Amino acid sequence: MLRREFLQVLAAAAAAGFALDGRAATAPAAVEQNYNLPRYGNVHLLHFTDCHAQLLPIWFREPDTHIGTGSSAGKPPHLTGERLLRTYALKPGSAMAYACTHLDFENAARTYGRMGGFAHLATLINMLRASRPGALLLDGGDTWQGSATALYTRGQDMVDAAKLLGVNVMTGHWEFTYGVERLQQVLERDFKGHIDFVARNVTTLDFDDAVFTPYVLREMNGVPVAIIGQAFPYVPVAHPARFVPDWRFGIRDVNLQRTVDEVRARGARVVVLLSHNGMDVDLKLASRVRGMDVILGGHTHDALPAPVIVGSTLVANSGCNGKFLSVLDFDVRNNRIQGYRYKLLPVFANLLAPDAAMQAYIERVREPYLKQLTEPLAVTEGLLYRRGNFNGTWDQLILDALMETQDAEIAFSPGFRFGPSLLPGETITMEALMAECAITYPQVNVREMRGSEIKALLEDMADNLFNPDPYYQQGGDMVRVGGLRYTCAPTAKMGQRIQNLRLAGKPLDADKSYKVAGWAPLADDAAGEPVWDVVAGWLRARKTVTPRHAAQPRLT
Amino acid sequence: MDELRRHILKSGGGAALALLLGAGLLRPTRVLAANWNAPAFESKDVAGALRGLGAGAAQAQASADLKLDAPEIAENGAVVPLEIVSKIPNTSAIAVLIEKNPQPLAGHFEFSGPLLPQVSLRVKMAETSMVRVLALAGGKYYSSSKEIKVTAGGCGG
Repeated sequence: MLRREFLQVLAAAAAAGFALDGRAATAPAAVEQNYNLPRYGNVHLLHFTDCHAQLLPIWFREPDTHIGTGSSAGKPPHLTGERLLRTYALKPGSAMAYACTHLDFENAARTYGRMGGFAHLATLINMLRASRPGALLLDGGDTWQGSATALYTRGQDMVDAAKLLGVNVMTGHWEFTYGVERLQQVLERDFKGHIDFVARNVTTLDFDDAVFTPYVLREMNGVPVAIIGQAFPYVPVAHPARFVPDWRFGIRDVNLQRTVDEVRARGARVVVLLSHNGMDVDLKLASRVRGMDVILGGHTHDALPAPVIVGSTLVANSGCNGKFLSVLDFDVRNNRIQGYRYKLLPVFANLLAPDAAMQAYIERVREPYLKQLTEPLAVTEGLLYRRGNFNGTWDQLILDALMETQDAEIAFSPGFRFGPSLLPGETITMEALMAECAITYPQVNVREMRGSEIKALLEDMADNLFNPDPYYQQGGDMVRVGGLRYTCAPTAKMGQRIQNLRLAGKPLDADKSYKVAGWAPLADDAAGEPVWDVVAGWLRARKTVTPRHAAQPRLT
Repeated sequence: MDELRRHILKSGGGAALALLLGAGLLRPTRVLAANWNAPAFESKDVAGALRGLGAGAAQAQASADLKLDAPEIAENGAVVPLEIVSKIPNTSAIAVLIEKNPQPLAGHFEFSGPLLPQVSLRVKMAETSMVRVLALAGGKYYSSSKEIKVTAGGCGG
């Protein structure tokens, strides 16, 4: 059955021309290696996470810089480029090398094509479901945010897409930024009877009562399986707290142990944590909480070809933007797990024919907005990407636009990890711009900041990224900085990581006031034009954007 | 959510608390002026607060039986929730110190009779700090600490 479907897919792949330069990518062996996954065992979990509302296939360049501090240094997920290839025995130039690294990105992208897209993901999921009866599809969250249509419809396009895809269980992060009422409306009106939203670490501020179902217990092929939900622990810290005024979050590993013990006592033979903690937090959590068989994680957007094993817990992370689907099979007999198989499957749009129903749905949902989505703003001469610990070229473009339009000498842009890439020569459409900045608090503001305040802000952000204890990290990348140059010592103590701040060649004066532009303010009373309008105006005036030089701090 | 419980406490919370205080079951030192430990509470540094608490407080021994449940990163520095439980036998008092606060001693609770040595409180924190809790049991002090970060926030992934 699988093989027959597989041949159909392959035929479609040949028609679509997977390998433009005639590399071996379309050879049956290569394709089989990617998608022909024989069923193993009797418990099957399919996991995607952090798709950031990308319904259509995208380019996404993985980071070239991903620094780990403390016990994380040099270990997964802090691997990039050749080091990642060596660790997971991936061939340079291969399809997986393209999917998991930044290496030779432009050429590889032209060779292997776009990745993800819900119609292609649906085909893959349907194929796997056919071979794996009872399989559960888990969504790690960050599904309702990241595109223009998701913002325009307040997540509704993704809610319906997830239902069509057949998601069974979900947890969340950016979902909360539409506010409590919207979230509860979706759970009540759309999810009920279809998708279980689980989050054990969200409680009320007053009495610490659970807000959501903490876990679901499902029987799969005779095996009781528990899926415990762990929402992003720092929603009111990373976003304006007004979105969740009455709720508490946090990692709360002490309580998690109680939940794991409870589901075990109720008979669960496989215990899964569907987590939006971020990989480093998950690794520490796995070392402190006993009894979890696997943490299927997200948030940090780490595309790791194999899970990390901590004690008897597998810790996986399934990348982002719809690029990957993780398949985890457990063989459970005599009340215990006898073995497992894990595969991070890359979703190559040219290898997987789009699912007709999903394709039709996507076209329908985009139709009312098509004119504004496809508006050409400018052509980029250089590669635009975001991901990495420091400025990407997309961020640099946003920073340059902010500084020029706001007449500011310094600009800040959030260290978000979502946001697809664009290849040189491509048109920056409104939709492409929105994919970098479609959030519910998009205001651009300009303020006066003293040099000492700027330094304190950068130190604060750097600690969120480089604190040696993962429980004190928030999982984003370093705030993007325009105008300023600095050196960064990730392993130094807080307060000493950011040094040699210079503006236009001169040292930053701690007592002097500087004009700083930024966006995504946390304050409740923040006013300002949405960042996409500001940047769109800047782009329209240009028509062509020269390659951006992504300013990097010197690392010490 | 237990709406009934919330309703009862909202409408009668003050009275319930007064009842507990009247019965002598809950005895926060702040309420009873006679027991107000001014030197400890008014001290501007940890050493002074410990001196004020009494002999042996500065030599408290770390104990895994004194549990402090608190967020790693505060969601709101103005109201940071702490939950403290002592499983050390004969615990008669629990003290909470926010080391970097202008006046580090944030709370001192005495327990008498059958009361479980367990307290929940909200503290105000101006900046990232170690939070140290002490338990007095059988004339000896025990301690447990955790760093709580207060951050400007923003920039989530």
